[in-house]
Amino acid sequence: MPLNKIITISGKAVPVPGADMDTDRIIPARFLKCVTFDELAGTMFYDERFNADGSSKGHPIDAPQHAGAAIIIGGENFGCGSSREHAPQAIKRSGIRAVVAESFAEIFFGNSSGIGLPCVCASQADLATLNKITTEVPDTEWTLNLEKMTVSSATCSIPVRMPAEPREALMLGRWDAVVELMNAPEAVAQLANTLPAPAYTPTI
Amino acid sequence: MGKTLYKKVWEAHTVGILPDGRTQLFIATHFIHEVTSPQAFAMLRELGLPVLHPERTFATVDHIIPTDNQAEPLADPRAQTMLSALRSNCNANGIRLFDLPSGNQGIVHSIGPELGITQPGMTIVCGDSHTATHGAVGSIAMGIGTTQVRDVLATQTLAMSPLKVRNIRVEGTLRPGVTAKDVALHIIGKLGADGGLGYAYEFGGSAIEKMDMDGRLTLCNLAIEGAARCGYINPDETTFAYLKNRPYAPKGADWEAAVARWKSFASDADAEYDDVVIIPADEIEPTVTWGISPDMNIGISGTVPTPEQAKDEETRKAYTTALEYMKLTPGEPLKGLPVNVVFIGSCTNGRITDFRTVAPLLRGKKVAAGIKALAVPGSQMTAIQCEKEGIADIFREAGFEWRLAGCSMCLAMNPDKLVGDQICASTSNRNFKGRQGSPTGRTLLMSPLMAAAAAITGAVADPREVFDIQ
Repeated sequence: MPLNKIITISGKAVPVPGADMDTDRIIPARFLKCVTFDELAGTMFYDERFNADGSSKGHPIDAPQHAGAAIIIGGENFGCGSSREHAPQAIKRSGIRAVVAESFAEIFFGNSSGIGLPCVCASQADLATLNKITTEVPDTEWTLNLEKMTVSSATCSIPVRMPAEPREALMLGRWDAVVELMNAPEAVAQLANTLPAPAYTPTI
Repeated sequence: MGKTLYKKVWEAHTVGILPDGRTQLFIATHFIHEVTSPQAFAMLRELGLPVLHPERTFATVDHIIPTDNQAEPLADPRAQTMLSALRSNCNANGIRLFDLPSGNQGIVHSIGPELGITQPGMTIVCGDSHTATHGAVGSIAMGIGTTQVRDVLATQTLAMSPLKVRNIRVEGTLRPGVTAKDVALHIIGKLGADGGLGYAYEFGGSAIEKMDMDGRLTLCNLAIEGAARCGYINPDETTFAYLKNRPYAPKGADWEAAVARWKSFASDADAEYDDVVIIPADEIEPTVTWGISPDMNIGISGTVPTPEQAKDEETRKAYTTALEYMKLTPGEPLKGLPVNVVFIGSCTNGRITDFRTVAPLLRGKKVAAGIKALAVPGSQMTAIQCEKEGIADIFREAGFEWRLAGCSMCLAMNPDKLVGDQICASTSNRNFKGRQGSPTGRTLLMSPLMAAAAAITGAVADPREVFDIQ
């Protein structure tokens, strides 16, 4: 399965402030009542953005100056809570192509990497800089460069971090692991034969 | 230096190293449910791949199932679609489904251990973050996403990187009225909701060794709320006694061999850990959350913190947001705060021991006027057992609605939801904004004991006072 190599991502950014941004806030559970991911575009951060009557709460995502943003600027422990892949799917299907935050919850990070949505970490101070410039000059064009591990604009560059393996996978276009996982059928069969599987057994 | 259980299980299940450096990890047992699996089956169909080891995947329906009326078609057509999709996917691929009429249906993290499918020394995954629960028997159990569910269905393996291991030792004796739930909330409060990033939590120490299996399941269930993707407890005699004669546990001569094998996975006495945290058991009080993250919690005798008490600027902002959302006054105790709804259930606290602990205390008492109180067994097995032991009747007579098995009011994917800014005394696992179905609903996480005390008094209460626990 040929996949695109993800090395640079460019576009405007949008701040999504707050620590511990859980996946219930990224996508409320009522949007999970579906058997496909097809209808998730536009649902990201829904209750953070809209009141019960549908009126806007004035979240940066809905500010005209941030329209069409490609990069989310988040806080600490971004994507914590539920394992729902609907969260990164909703983000990706809403047009976002990368997230930069102080830290990420493990499951969210893995889910995002696996669908080609890079998540990179930056220091609190650098994120503050990113937020400040983005708020003051929303049209700033940012580039996430996975080779150089920077997020930069014409006037500013901050270092970002990501574990080596997912970074390698994104850059090699191998972020969807299923292809590699199918390459060792004998070794898998051997473990399947030796490691016990739970099986119903009547009480003797 | 010796090895941890984590390392031993990881090594036993390693297929090889992938080109990007990740480990290809064999998955011994896979659980699926209706919310995170249909898209995975669709991806499989798109790739034209079969399910490689259907005998290692077990399915149930829990999130969307109503706990009052389960007559089909379900009132919510979307819920019915999800249930039907699960049935047809399991049917087409030869996967065992513990469906509504099976007598074994329930929350996936309740039925796995109860049926003995969850066993020590296994790698266990499910498209659900609370899969950490299964680590209580001494397995590596992790929540995964839907693309990874597809990977497991197609290859019985996952691309993973190993976690570091933090040994959390709770030493001493828990005070009366303090339960596994309080221990878990206390640990999360101490280490933070993000404290476990990059770690697996190995829970040990004399208080954990004395803890019963259902308590251990509660503790490991909440590891993920402290950001640890998995939590586990070394298998011991308590584990083996729990698993013996369960339907899917080995029997006869196989049992003896299995126990010997399981014991070999326990962490060595001289195992090397990346971090060790020691918590005196007697510092833990009945604990309750006040905010919108599980680490925002206090002992029942404490007061809601003020933003000024926050350790840094980020936390101060988080406290301010939480206090505003929860409409609480900083500096005040939570004790005495009126509640609207009481929920006893979920994969955290919907087990037989939870109901056995609370029932005798409710005998002869009544739920306070105006309180909606739900008691929801985690599984049909637990429900049946509660009927047999007269527990269900005690709850009913006290004024609880005794419901059918399911996730219920934990997560707002079925009709059990909060309305407006109701306050819920809840034994579930997440107090996130809107978690219980109303975008302004307020959740206070607590033990079943404290929830029962709230039901009786109509307010947050110290269960030791309400039930005279000494």
